[in-house]
Amino acid sequence: MACSLRVQGLSRQYQTRNGWRKSTTVQAACGVSFYIPAGKTLALIGSSGSGKSTVARCVVRLERPDSGEIWLGGVEISRLGARSLRPLRSRIQMIFQDPTTSMNPRMSASAIIEEPLLIQQRGTRNERRERAASLMVEVGLSADWLDRRINEFSGGQQQRIAIARALALSPKVLVLDEALSGLDLSTQVQIIQLLKNLQAAHSLTYLLISHDLGAVAHLTDLLAVMSAGRIVEQGPTKEIIVNPQQPQTQTLVAAAEHFKKAFARAQGASA
Amino acid sequence: MPASLLQLRNLSVRYFPRNGAPTLALDAANLSIVRGEIVGILGESGSGKTTLGQAVVTLLPTAAKYDGQVFFDGRDLMVATERELSKIRGRHISLVPQDPASALNPVMRIGTQIAEVLRAHEALDRKGRIQRIHELLAEVGLDDPERIGSSYPHQLSGGQRQRVVIAMAIACRPQLIIADEPVSKLDLPLQLQVLELMSGIARKHCMALLWITHDPATLLGFADRIGVMQAGQIVEQGPTEQIFRHPQHPYTQALVGLTQEFALSERPLVNAHHAN
Amino acid sequence: MKFLARRLVRALVLLVGVSILCFGLTEFAPGSFFDEMRLNPQISPETISALRTHYGLDRPLAIRYGRWAASVVHGDFGYSLAYNAPVAPLLWARAKNTLLLTSLAMLVTWVIGLPLGVWSASSRGGLTDKVAGSVSSFLISIPEVVIAIALLALAVRSRAIPVGGMVSLNAEDLVGWQRVRDVLLHLLLPVSILVLSGVAVVERHVRASVLEVLDAPCIQAARGFGIGKTRMLFRHVLPLAANPAISLFGFSLAGLLGGSLLVEVIAGWPGLGPLILDATLARDLYIVIGAVMLCSVFMLAGNFIADVLLLACDPRIRAGEPDAA
Repeated sequence: MACSLRVQGLSRQYQTRNGWRKSTTVQAACGVSFYIPAGKTLALIGSSGSGKSTVARCVVRLERPDSGEIWLGGVEISRLGARSLRPLRSRIQMIFQDPTTSMNPRMSASAIIEEPLLIQQRGTRNERRERAASLMVEVGLSADWLDRRINEFSGGQQQRIAIARALALSPKVLVLDEALSGLDLSTQVQIIQLLKNLQAAHSLTYLLISHDLGAVAHLTDLLAVMSAGRIVEQGPTKEIIVNPQQPQTQTLVAAAEHFKKAFARAQGASA
Repeated sequence: MPASLLQLRNLSVRYFPRNGAPTLALDAANLSIVRGEIVGILGESGSGKTTLGQAVVTLLPTAAKYDGQVFFDGRDLMVATERELSKIRGRHISLVPQDPASALNPVMRIGTQIAEVLRAHEALDRKGRIQRIHELLAEVGLDDPERIGSSYPHQLSGGQRQRVVIAMAIACRPQLIIADEPVSKLDLPLQLQVLELMSGIARKHCMALLWITHDPATLLGFADRIGVMQAGQIVEQGPTEQIFRHPQHPYTQALVGLTQEFALSERPLVNAHHAN
Repeated sequence: MKFLARRLVRALVLLVGVSILCFGLTEFAPGSFFDEMRLNPQISPETISALRTHYGLDRPLAIRYGRWAASVVHGDFGYSLAYNAPVAPLLWARAKNTLLLTSLAMLVTWVIGLPLGVWSASSRGGLTDKVAGSVSSFLISIPEVVIAIALLALAVRSRAIPVGGMVSLNAEDLVGWQRVRDVLLHLLLPVSILVLSGVAVVERHVRASVLEVLDAPCIQAARGFGIGKTRMLFRHVLPLAANPAISLFGFSLAGLLGGSLLVEVIAGWPGLGPLILDATLARDLYIVIGAVMLCSVFMLAGNFIADVLLLACDPRIRAGEPDAA
């Protein structure tokens, strides 16, 4: 049973201190609204500082938005307190950019994957272990590696474990905050294929955050471009790429296009 | 044929970690770069590309043993003393570090950090240094050099920090610049800007560039030659266009195929080639 | 300015809290000042209760606290039962001696420990590092009491330095430089004990923080730009490594008044230590409370100075950056 995600008018600001002087307010996100139908993918694209990470953190309720609504399936979660939020946490999970900092490198893979189950008190010890093993297999790793420490895996494998951890509670929505950047090209391809398979198998809804248009164009149905805390353009991926309206979008598309054109030139006639 | 500026001859590097087996990070690498040339090193993580860059600037970690020679302008760097090497680093060979955010000292102002590099290699008085700092900041495309110079790293954006690091690298007009993944953490439009900036600077001052990256797309239209690395070996070398048009080695073919299908196309991914 | 004002208010509130806690706790301590007197058959119970009334000890706790607070404002800090005099001048006379001892000891500790720590770190694994490491580990594992008694025994046996007291018996006859020399000789024993107990901690801490900075990417980048080793150490590494060292320095400052009590008692140095010990044993309430308050003031001042130093040295803290140490 898939779950949609709707964000309406999300706003969040931060105070930055300036030593002994007054503090300035930074509007990280302002009036952000989008809708992801159940089982579909939306990519939030923008340069660094555009506010995309802030939106991601608010959607997962790592932070509380100052105003706006977040509808997870039929439930509005932006105002809920910690206790009422707890049972809903299993519905939406996040995968972070750098697996070496989002997971304790000295913990074993099984400890990492079982941790959410432990916190939400699901299953017995053996059941948790079995679930961890099946998740390892599902993300393309061998269950024999369950007891290896995180720092013994390669970057791509670490990210797979992070995905397995996110899947442990059988969420309906996954938020991927720059989860693909920093990986090698071939690893990115493999992870994208994995994500596609998982989406089909479990009817997952994805919110992708990225600064790289080229990488996400393959995975996403919808595109929303952010700049300075606001969404400046959104729509189906194909339309945006083929016909970008706003200047920020045009810059992003042009950059991706540049490499494509250079490639075509290098290849000459053989394309 | 013009004399080569840098020549790696059968360079091998072995790591001896405290617990674990010794690993061969670099295996008999042969490479030469002439003055003013832009050479790209393409490889995935674990291919030895970072070790190659470190070896050229002779900043290998202490638990490493090397074999072979690194000739710079005719001198073998592997037998030079630390004193001589620290004179060469920054002045003749410069390294643009990987992550600009962590490459800058957080408690020193930008202007001071650039001045430190100048101080180490050039005998300028204070006024001369300030002037040079302003020139450098302007050259890397940062307006308002006064404000930037007196700022701390955390007050600048990621793109600005990257430009500052480049300014530090070119401060003494080195003949060779080695850059290890300098743009991989930046967004695409910014990557383009930095690439254009670097190639402009390299052409203007006739600097050679050794550009290490895992993203083949960034080398297009930028590098003159490319060396492809896999498991510590340089498996293929040649002019950029030739590598992309007629890749010989199966690994290169897989990489080029990936680039074509994945990074640049709008078609959905059907079969992913696995490069390793 | 707002920052300073806020800290000052917080400090005052804290001090009031400490005083209340002190009063409350001493109330629960068994015994009272007059217990010894009660044992003496020559003193009648009426005399004792008259004394109690005289000193106001039969009043309820709140009233006693109020009277004490009033005397604080006056500058008296209460009244000593044993010495029959206001507490403040008694405290201050002894506190001066303690401060002399501890500031000298702190200076020596840091003058030795800081450069040694930096040197150990920069010659990682080398001979200096190994030797300093062993000596530090050895010193850290010995309790301060043991060091104190060992040095005391050594001093007494060898008769090389005077033991006990601040000045020799013929102090009034000495003038000028000879007087200073006399005090310095008497300082030798307690200062040595304090330094030996403290220098290892400073050295290890400084070494650890410098080592961590040496591995930082920005230092590797500086090496790549050809910055010389010495200049890099002083101009690039130390400012970065200063942060944890300043915190430790703040701790040292905070303990200036309270950290040497044991040593003073053992070495016979006429500071706050013996005063507090005697007062506690005799249940001379107000001296104990006054001394505790004085130590708290120093503690707060020490922490405050450390915070100000940190703010001045680290621009990241000034800007409220989340990833500053």
